[in-house]
Amino acid sequence: MARPIPRNEPVKSLSVSYQGAAASSTWRGLAMGRGGSDLVIAVLLGLAALATLLFGEAYWLLAAQVAITMIFALSVDLLVGFAGIVTLGHAVFFGLGAYAVGIASVQFGWTEPLSALLLAGAVSALLGAATGVLVLRTRGLGQLMLTMAFASLVYEIANRAKPLTGGADGLQGMVVSPVAGLFEFDIFGLTAFVYTLAVLIVVVIFAVLMTRSPYGRSLVGIRENRVRMQAIGTGVQRRLLSIYIVSAALAGIAGALLAQTSQFVGLNVLHFSLSGEILIIVALGGAGRLWGALLGAVVFTLFKDRLSALDPAYWYFWLGLLLAVIVLFAPKGLIGLVDRLLALFRSKEAA
Amino acid sequence: MTSFRTLTLGTAMAAAALLPMAASADAKAYKVGLIASLSGPTASLGQQIERGARLYEQLHKTDLGDDTIELVVRDDTGPAPDVAKRLAQELVVRDHVDFLAGIIFTPNANAIAPIATQAKVPFVIMNAAASATTKASPYIVRVSQTIPQFTQPLAQWASKQVDIKTVYTLVSDYAPGIEAEEAFTAGFKGDGKSVVQSVRVPVQSPDFVPFLQKVKDAKPDALYVFLPGGTQSTALMKAYQSLGLKEAGIRLIGSGEVTVEDELPNMGDAALGVVTGFHYSTAHDSKANADFLKAWQAAYGADSTPTFMAVGGYDGMAAIHHAIKAMKGKGDGKAAVDAMSQWTAESPRGSVSIDPETRDIVQNIYIRRVEKVNGALRNVEFETFAAVKDPGKAK
Amino acid sequence: MITAALTILFHGLAFAMVLYIVSVGLGITMGLMNFANLAHGAFAAAGGYVVVMATRSLGLPFWVALPAAFVTVALAGAVVERLVVRTLYGADELRQVLFSIALLFMAIAGFTLAFGPLQQQPEIPAALSGQVTLGGIDFPAYRAFVIVAGVAILAALWLLIGRTRMGMRIRAAVDNRNMAEAVGVDTRMLFTLTFALGTGIAGLGGGIGADVLSITPTYGQEYLVLFLIVVAVGGLGSIFGPFLAALCIGVVDVAGKYLIPEFGAFFIYGVVIAILLAKPAGFFGVRS
Repeated sequence: MARPIPRNEPVKSLSVSYQGAAASSTWRGLAMGRGGSDLVIAVLLGLAALATLLFGEAYWLLAAQVAITMIFALSVDLLVGFAGIVTLGHAVFFGLGAYAVGIASVQFGWTEPLSALLLAGAVSALLGAATGVLVLRTRGLGQLMLTMAFASLVYEIANRAKPLTGGADGLQGMVVSPVAGLFEFDIFGLTAFVYTLAVLIVVVIFAVLMTRSPYGRSLVGIRENRVRMQAIGTGVQRRLLSIYIVSAALAGIAGALLAQTSQFVGLNVLHFSLSGEILIIVALGGAGRLWGALLGAVVFTLFKDRLSALDPAYWYFWLGLLLAVIVLFAPKGLIGLVDRLLALFRSKEAA
Repeated sequence: MTSFRTLTLGTAMAAAALLPMAASADAKAYKVGLIASLSGPTASLGQQIERGARLYEQLHKTDLGDDTIELVVRDDTGPAPDVAKRLAQELVVRDHVDFLAGIIFTPNANAIAPIATQAKVPFVIMNAAASATTKASPYIVRVSQTIPQFTQPLAQWASKQVDIKTVYTLVSDYAPGIEAEEAFTAGFKGDGKSVVQSVRVPVQSPDFVPFLQKVKDAKPDALYVFLPGGTQSTALMKAYQSLGLKEAGIRLIGSGEVTVEDELPNMGDAALGVVTGFHYSTAHDSKANADFLKAWQAAYGADSTPTFMAVGGYDGMAAIHHAIKAMKGKGDGKAAVDAMSQWTAESPRGSVSIDPETRDIVQNIYIRRVEKVNGALRNVEFETFAAVKDPGKAK
Repeated sequence: MITAALTILFHGLAFAMVLYIVSVGLGITMGLMNFANLAHGAFAAAGGYVVVMATRSLGLPFWVALPAAFVTVALAGAVVERLVVRTLYGADELRQVLFSIALLFMAIAGFTLAFGPLQQQPEIPAALSGQVTLGGIDFPAYRAFVIVAGVAILAALWLLIGRTRMGMRIRAAVDNRNMAEAVGVDTRMLFTLTFALGTGIAGLGGGIGADVLSITPTYGQEYLVLFLIVVAVGGLGSIFGPFLAALCIGVVDVAGKYLIPEFGAFFIYGVVIAILLAKPAGFFGVRS
């Protein structure tokens, strides 16, 4: 129990074809086993969200930003951490989701937020299916570059398609109706926060259930040993494509949330630097562990916000320093650090 | 949920609204939220605005009696409207600022405009220059410049030159660039005068050689250029020189960003003779400008050169000071906007005022030529269009 | 028509050579050490700054500044390799990415602090500042020099890797590191030397290419995509692959901007996608 949990989940569980009811194994898994850190992080994040909601009205906007980043990070972790698909172009799905709700509102008067969210997910999923077929034909660096090239291409298209996207000037005049017809997006960001938080909770539950399911385990199996999975009759390509599409849809939803809460879409939602940043976040938190990505998103966004306020011109340096220290002293990311702390705590308790 | 929401919202809103209105005989601490791009490829611009604003504060600290002004500076990282908008919201609800200010990029200004309206906070634009931006909120006051304002006089000047008959235009492909292209094309007229070709280049273009090679092939009398400020002007000038456009008889004319003062030393003699139309030159001959330059170099070192961005920050703070003095501790955001609409001053760039109807700047536009003065390249003014209002609003 | 073709070819070649000189080292270190160094561009920027400082502040001739840039940046590369990069060989790729990004961020802040946020230009020798006439058309002489320099560096690398003992060891280690170690190649030393060489050439590229890719603090971030494309399309661990990749990308990009400026940026990515789908490991990829 005290031993740090390896990042790569043992493949042996794969031979067990039946995992029992997914839900019950999920909660048992969370409470026990390797999920110790997961549970700690989940509880802490939950408390932080509650405290922000009740006492942190000046931080609701930032909290909404954090929740959006968490969803985006989760979508990337599903690809990079679980399925072993590398991407340096995931902003394309985030940005497409943002533009989908933005354009739906400006051009077609589709201002109802929840249905627009689903629309964004669907549009991004479609693009995911189209590019995924091609991206998954390659591996490693080639794959990384292909995702990046597709994203850059879409960025250029959005830049050119001025009548639709507003080009470099951004999409203006976006209107979002009150959530559920009741809660208008306010300047304090309360609606934005609660709304993004609710979507985040749904997405996290979905992701946890999925990764604990036989399907999720088969993805890890593909990451660890593709040939073997092929040999035991798993439809490798089909599974990879399906997770690519799911991940694209989640990223699209995150992007849509950003567009709805800021009621503005700029080209930066499609930019390469966003793709890089989200990969940094996943690596910082610890890839392949969902809660690691979530923790990474929180820590990165808060640090960036504080650092850029304290030292607007040179905050890059402090951010770089933080990342370097994490890499050198916490090889398995922030969640690896939590693992170690818990292990330390338990071994003391046992003594 | 609803009741909780109304409750917190109510109190927070009341608190936010009460703060600037809490009229008292005691000293009042005002907060100005300054948003500019301080990191990334456009960091040099943000630095200019921030330094300009801080310099005014430093020089006029005691003007407000016991009242004080605190600058709360935030980095919007470049053209990132969602970031700028969130920062503005946070400055309003978290820091309770009395003024929003700064903003280099037009999209960022447009994204912030609804916040200013909703929160009834005056928003002083210190750069973003697209003509229509001031219409986005009744709380916007612009102290910088508008693109048609400095483009049209240059077009008029060019129309009068006998040796400029054909012009090729090159602009950055975004709203301000297109506005500049349109304003120049509309203003450049006369017998046999024509804009022979127009090209719009990506906003972040690392190398202008391919574009300028095409200009060279077209052999116009002059090349008109509009670029956003930042690190691109040197790259343009480099391409202009290395392709030998000047030797080929193609004159370079454009907006002031093309020969912006902090980049001029990097450009070398290639820049000599370039004619631009703009509202501020460090070579402007006036006492206000001499005092400004002296104070700047005392504060930031002798090798530091302020640009129009710095003057935007400087004058923006001057307008805010004017509003605070006029309100005498009373009045809301609307009153502050009204006070700033009456602002007139002897700025380092010359006489300026705000047009109360449009809340936009009225100022002299100078036609300048790059010349060597005491061994250094300067934008020397040789023709003045006095008190120019934004022609973009006349339509 | 011929004028346009020549123009595109000339400026495309110049752009390509800058891309090649800066990127080739990245391909070698990624192929040899499996280290994804996203901070590679920061080393190129450092070289650019050395040339700027040497020619502008110290008044040294351009021809002295270039070797100085190579040596300074190679030394810096060796130090970074010994101190930190070494501990990350064989580590999870994401950690390497994260670390090199961290390095890049710190470099950007450092450059801004030291040299300010503005673009810097090296002093170019008078002999290179005029025009040369090729096929009846005037071209900037400096860009002709850039083209010559790119080809010279390709030749030098080919001699070094193909004809020297060090090159032999590098080739052996790229093909099979364990086997190379088994026959007595000191890979620790080899890795340091290779990393220093790769970053040193990047530094040279930063200095030579400052006319095409301007030196600013964010250089390493702004052009990172271009460098990665050259390496991925060219293939890891090869010196010819990136050359060919740079040629394709340089000429296509310039042609796009010259012929259809409004849609200039599309071509580069279209070509990358087409090549990577046809050859996922790049032109000359030893491994992908």
